[in-house]
Amino acid sequence: MAKELRLEIVTPDRLVVSSDVEYVGAPGVLGEFGVLPGHVPFLSALGVGNLHYNKGGKTYFVFVSGGFAEVSGDKVTVLAEVAERAEEIDVERARRAQERAKERVSKQQEAIDNARATAALQRAMARMSCRNAAQGAGTCSMS
Amino acid sequence: MPSLKDVELKIAAVKKTKQITKAMNMVASAKLRNAQSRIERFRPYADKFYEMLGSLAAGADSSIHPLLEVREEIKTSLIVLVTSDRGLCGSFNGGLITMALKLAREKAAQGKTVKFVCMGKKGRDTVKKSGYEIVAAFADQMGSFDYTVALKLGMDVINGYINGDFDEVNLVFGKFISIPRQESTTLTILPMVADSVEGVEAAGPTQEYLYEPSVEGLLAELLPRFVNVQLYRGMLDTSASEHAARMRAMDNATRNCDDMVGTLTLVYNKARQASITRELMDIVGGTEALKG
Repeated sequence: MAKELRLEIVTPDRLVVSSDVEYVGAPGVLGEFGVLPGHVPFLSALGVGNLHYNKGGKTYFVFVSGGFAEVSGDKVTVLAEVAERAEEIDVERARRAQERAKERVSKQQEAIDNARATAALQRAMARMSCRNAAQGAGTCSMS
Repeated sequence: MPSLKDVELKIAAVKKTKQITKAMNMVASAKLRNAQSRIERFRPYADKFYEMLGSLAAGADSSIHPLLEVREEIKTSLIVLVTSDRGLCGSFNGGLITMALKLAREKAAQGKTVKFVCMGKKGRDTVKKSGYEIVAAFADQMGSFDYTVALKLGMDVINGYINGDFDEVNLVFGKFISIPRQESTTLTILPMVADSVEGVEAAGPTQEYLYEPSVEGLLAELLPRFVNVQLYRGMLDTSASEHAARMRAMDNATRNCDDMVGTLTLVYNKARQASITRELMDIVGGTEALKG
């Protein structure tokens, strides 16, 4: 059994991560799941949240939204509409987005607008928590 | 016979135009390289997506998702027309618009109402004049767009389709084949039929997967995104085609400028010679008169 997994995270615009890792934890729609080498073939939709992987004793974090994960052999492929490594996240922008979204959620409005605002809020919060987690783990190169 | 000064000015003007067309050619070729590399970068995502969809759709029934269902009566047809924002690229936009309007006339002849979504200024302006209803228009996006534009466009299309605002969706875009070859292409996006998806049928399930949530649940997530993938591909292709077409148009223009400078130089020389001859005649005439 191989000791490592090949993790690839692709978005429509680029390849975000391509690396050999020891463990992948991903935010599935039905809850978080973990993948170790030797996992059964598995296909799952991902929710909005943080994907993390362990490599060389460190944990790295990636924000994903609107994605799918495929585990096949010792390869994990994540397709996401949006994926950002923790150090790439624009914290200022996320904070502003969070404030805007909060304001919109608090107003009474049509269900669909409310759903959008809630989703935006969720994304902003996930981005911030991703950055915080990475800082906590010491894998965020910028301060 | 034009005067020497006139011809001189004209030559200078043509040379200036040539400088501009040459510069535009170079800009277009740089942008084309950029657009091509974006297509390259999109490919892994798209390929993987087709593969996933293929292994899922193999066992699925077409009634499980509204986007797969073929409606019996098609009343309204939506055409998504992707063109460029700027001209000066030969017949590129013209070809796309002609194709879209022809398709619209065909659909109208079948008694369907035709609506448009326009991406890019050129298409929007022409469609507006032709009197079809425009549901949504995006302008000034083709210069620098990313996936979020496709998401926005995709959301409009999917919501409209599910609400029954239109019963079928066609995409007209400039397919990029190679630098000298682009083709105006029509692609049926909705309802999704297996053969509109190149290679999906062939993929088939290779491995038994565990699915989470269920196959149906996954399809419900994948299918709307597939619309976005196709729209994005259409946009990327159109953008690359636009630059390739502009490059060719500018190349031709530069060559034409060269030809024109050549002809004008000939005219200039003729005029110059004529004036020299005239002056000589005068001098010779003068000396003859003095001698006498």
